[in-house]
Amino acid sequence: MDYTNLSLARPPVVSSFWLPKDHLGALRVRFSLGRNRYRVNPGLYGLGRPGKDSEVIVTANYKLSFDLVRRKLSGLDVWILVLETYGINVWCAAGKGTFGTDELIKQVKESQLSLYVSHRRLIVPQLGAPGVSAHKVKAASGFSVKFGPVRAADTKEYISSGYKKSEAMRTVEFKFKDRLILTAVELANSVHYLLVAIIIVALLSGIHSEGYSFALIWKEGLRAGLYVLAAYMSGAFLAPLLLPLLPFRYFGGKGLVSGLLVFGFIMLLGRTEIPILSMLGWFLISGAISSFLTMNFTGASTYTSLSGVRKEMGIFVPLQIAFILAGLALLIISKFI
Amino acid sequence: MDTQQYLKNVATLEYEPSLCIGCRLCVEVCPHSVFKMAGKKAEVIKPDKCMECGACELNCVPGALKVKQGVGCAAAVISGFLKGTEPNCDCGGGQTCC
Repeated sequence: MDYTNLSLARPPVVSSFWLPKDHLGALRVRFSLGRNRYRVNPGLYGLGRPGKDSEVIVTANYKLSFDLVRRKLSGLDVWILVLETYGINVWCAAGKGTFGTDELIKQVKESQLSLYVSHRRLIVPQLGAPGVSAHKVKAASGFSVKFGPVRAADTKEYISSGYKKSEAMRTVEFKFKDRLILTAVELANSVHYLLVAIIIVALLSGIHSEGYSFALIWKEGLRAGLYVLAAYMSGAFLAPLLLPLLPFRYFGGKGLVSGLLVFGFIMLLGRTEIPILSMLGWFLISGAISSFLTMNFTGASTYTSLSGVRKEMGIFVPLQIAFILAGLALLIISKFI
Repeated sequence: MDTQQYLKNVATLEYEPSLCIGCRLCVEVCPHSVFKMAGKKAEVIKPDKCMECGACELNCVPGALKVKQGVGCAAAVISGFLKGTEPNCDCGGGQTCC
């Protein structure tokens, strides 16, 4: 493209190739390290050697989103228009409205996109649609929005087929592999709660009928810590992974079943000398912890609605509280009889 | 097997077919194939799959679709409850997460 005649600035050119630091960065942010700062500057970029007829692909300024787009479009000459989403991916940012109508109109204008391309088409990822109103963008900028596929990997096919999407290209999935990645992210995000919980139960284990014993922390506290860890792994890892296999549609119900089963399994394996009341107490507490954590996995899932989450919280939060209280009461009673 | 089955009869999606102009955009934007074209009008075929993302309402020019947009996230409901706001994705403060 001849920029001299237009007296236009040449937008930054990027390649579809991932450098080692891009791979490393992708791995790091998966484990929530420095995720908030993993950003590219908003604005217009050229991938390959785009010209007046090249497509314009819109994305978020989360660097992982940007990197996936440029990699999946390798071999094409396209423009990439990056919106300011404060380092958040397209779907979540669309839910918040930062990946939205106003920001898209603003970037189209500020980048002077209409001088770089002769057509008036923007390809917005479909998951940006909760934030982008196509007719409002058209009215304000003259560009018509085409909602592309859900996954960047399908964008090439979408363009070459003349902007046609199969149902698979339109549908969000939540496969085992997706859930595995998300549980890893969630675990990394909440591991500090686990450590605090383990320390608390270990300290509480020192209480006995005649006072406090530090020896008990080692004797019973470690075991208590193990139960908490097991319940945590059940709710935050096992149940999300086995999601479709567990009974109930409620995530809280799935987590409850998983937590009770895992604790039962430990009891079968462990053959430890544990008073029956104490065992029953931990059974209830394990179920409650696991239920709560799996209920929180609704936020990572790709198909739960707010109305549904509210409904299940109305049922399972009281249940979790009741189980915790009953479980603690049983543990205390077992210490004093 | 359909691995994405959430609760039945809870989604707030409402559709008024008489207003539909047949633009197909709801079919294009819905991530869970809730809609299908039946001739020149859209049809709601899987209402229980609606996750209330709001994309269809935002892109329905004649206003035939209404849905209370929200995030299906228990952590967001809890933090919204604690802060006295609507549930939103700004968990942990600032622009983090989600």
